[in-house]
Amino acid sequence: MTTRRQPPALDIDALLRDEETRIVVTCGSGGVGKTTTAAAMALRAAEAGRHTVVLTIDPARRLAQSMGLTELDNTPRPVKGVEGELFAMMLDMKRTFDDVVSAHSTPDRAEQIFANPFYQALSSSFAGTQEYMAMEKLSQLAESGEWDLIVVDTPPSRSALDFLDAPQRLGRFLDGRMIRMLVAPAKAGGRASIKLVTVGLTVFSKVLSKILGGDLLQDVSSFVAALETMFGGFRQRAEQTYQLLKAPGTAFVVVAAPEPDALREASYFVERLSRDDMPLAGLVVNRLHRAVPGLTAWRAEAAADALAEKADSDWTEFALAEAALRVHVETALTADHDARMARRFAAAHPDVATVAVPALPADVHDLDGLRRISDLLALS
Amino acid sequence: MPGVLTDVRLHVVTGKGGTGKTTVAAALAMALAEGGRRTLLVEVEGRQALAQLFDVPALPYEERHLAAARNGGEVVGLAIDPELALLEYLEMFYNLKRSARVLKRMGAIDFATTLAPGVRDVLLTGKVKETTTRTDKSGRFVYDAVVLDAPPTGRIRQFLEATTEVANLTKAGPINRQSVGVLDLLHSTRTAIHLVTLLEEMPVQETVDAATELAAAGFRLGAVVVNRARPTLVGDGQLRPDGTVDLAELRHGLAAAGVDAALAEPLAGQFVEYADRQAVQAENRARLADIPASRIELPDLTPPVDLGELNELAEYFS
Repeated sequence: MTTRRQPPALDIDALLRDEETRIVVTCGSGGVGKTTTAAAMALRAAEAGRHTVVLTIDPARRLAQSMGLTELDNTPRPVKGVEGELFAMMLDMKRTFDDVVSAHSTPDRAEQIFANPFYQALSSSFAGTQEYMAMEKLSQLAESGEWDLIVVDTPPSRSALDFLDAPQRLGRFLDGRMIRMLVAPAKAGGRASIKLVTVGLTVFSKVLSKILGGDLLQDVSSFVAALETMFGGFRQRAEQTYQLLKAPGTAFVVVAAPEPDALREASYFVERLSRDDMPLAGLVVNRLHRAVPGLTAWRAEAAADALAEKADSDWTEFALAEAALRVHVETALTADHDARMARRFAAAHPDVATVAVPALPADVHDLDGLRRISDLLALS
Repeated sequence: MPGVLTDVRLHVVTGKGGTGKTTVAAALAMALAEGGRRTLLVEVEGRQALAQLFDVPALPYEERHLAAARNGGEVVGLAIDPELALLEYLEMFYNLKRSARVLKRMGAIDFATTLAPGVRDVLLTGKVKETTTRTDKSGRFVYDAVVLDAPPTGRIRQFLEATTEVANLTKAGPINRQSVGVLDLLHSTRTAIHLVTLLEEMPVQETVDAATELAAAGFRLGAVVVNRARPTLVGDGQLRPDGTVDLAELRHGLAAAGVDAALAEPLAGQFVEYADRQAVQAENRARLADIPASRIELPDLTPPVDLGELNELAEYFS
């Protein structure tokens, strides 16, 4: 038998303790334990003496409570019961957007924007707004200079890549050609009409008003006009944040579970990071099942069946051993599957540093649970 | 499917990310196609999840044969692409396909399909409605049932109600008019929402929340589908009251089965851990009991699931 090459180990402690590491971003598809991983890493960094904040997007209720996050107030709050300085916050997307608007305009103008129906839709349900605001909050935290380390959890997107793409898409749209044309009449009055007499625009605005109804277009147009004067364009800001993610001191930690879909997403992400020269620290494979070594599933099954046959005479005598063997069959099959999945990923990405976290019987919802996860992250 | 749902034409399958809603939607479509019926399985998230699951090439924006169901039925697949759905829509209502290129260059298509609040969802649900209500020349429905692999629970209400929102934003125009028809179908008893969950804390919490919310919003709940349930293996009284295993008894049994006695301790540890998991499962199962919907429990077929296994899962719905 040939021995497979093991992927290099991801040294979480080295990453978190390194003073050069200023931002850690966890990403991956939904349901793989991103938030828990982010919180566990932040806790570990804080207890190693770093002034740390963790920005979570959508934590499980009990996990949020365990970190003292009882309400969505968009401000870092100290987490009690930590030997060090850990702050945690939950992203309030609408509020972050409102703050951006308020910070860059006069109160009157801000009121005008808040009242705009298009803004209301945009700030609460626009595709990509959550990602954009997570990035915005991240740059605010980074700009404050207050933190040794910022750990960011990413929104539960359709695709993990949305976190990277949505802000630019939103920026491109708000700063784009179409919006400029929409705004032009409001801004430039008569002068614009020369530019506007093009076949394209006529068709375009006609169709859009037809489909969406004239009101929406007007709302968009006045919203963008109001916004434009406040700061140097959305695209520029999105671009800045994107650069922050490429800057030295940022590290991405891709999180996956040992399932085909989650690992496929992880693959996309790893490839994308390498293409964009973004710093990948490594992969965390959560919920890896492990079984007692030294007994195969089929041997255990045969043994359990043998006991079941004997049990006819005195059924309680071997019941415990039979049940323990059946548990082993189930566990060993799952463990085999998980190991196969992890190997497949490693074969495709042999250079990605990896750490596996064993599956725990129950979800984590207190600091001790997070500590346990963080120990497992650092141990393996 | 439990008899009460035979009147349902549109089955919306949602669940938290990672719970296996695509697999469940596919198994349900297979079950509904049995005995010579024809079902359409629709995906809307651009992931090509159906192609992967049924092991066929990536689906274009066209209805394509996916699999034969038992006793002569057929499952047809459709991956709705919002951009193409918009163009189709423009052509249908305005004969505007020629302007598409111009619109695209202007960023208008991008705007309408990815950015404008809710428009994307309106286009998707609009197309779903069209396939659900489509009839042939003799006036019979083309599909006996449509199964929608819908967005996850976190977004499902927004998705189903996008039409309402857009109707409010666009006070006039054909999108507004079309919205009304879509809303009627989604809120009628011909549409049922099925919730897929694992027996874990977060998915169960989301399922309970979504069920409450959807029912309050006037949607009809179909079934709660518990996916990947682990078998109950630890029997009553097999752990001692303090939660440990009687090692002597275990060793005795292992010896009788010819298993190395040195494994007794690690196997005991594994047994206790499994018992913990089993208890957590039971707790989560109990939390689902309050949802006023039938419950279907599927076994744990470790993914990737293949066609044969889909048939196996389909039996749980019949």
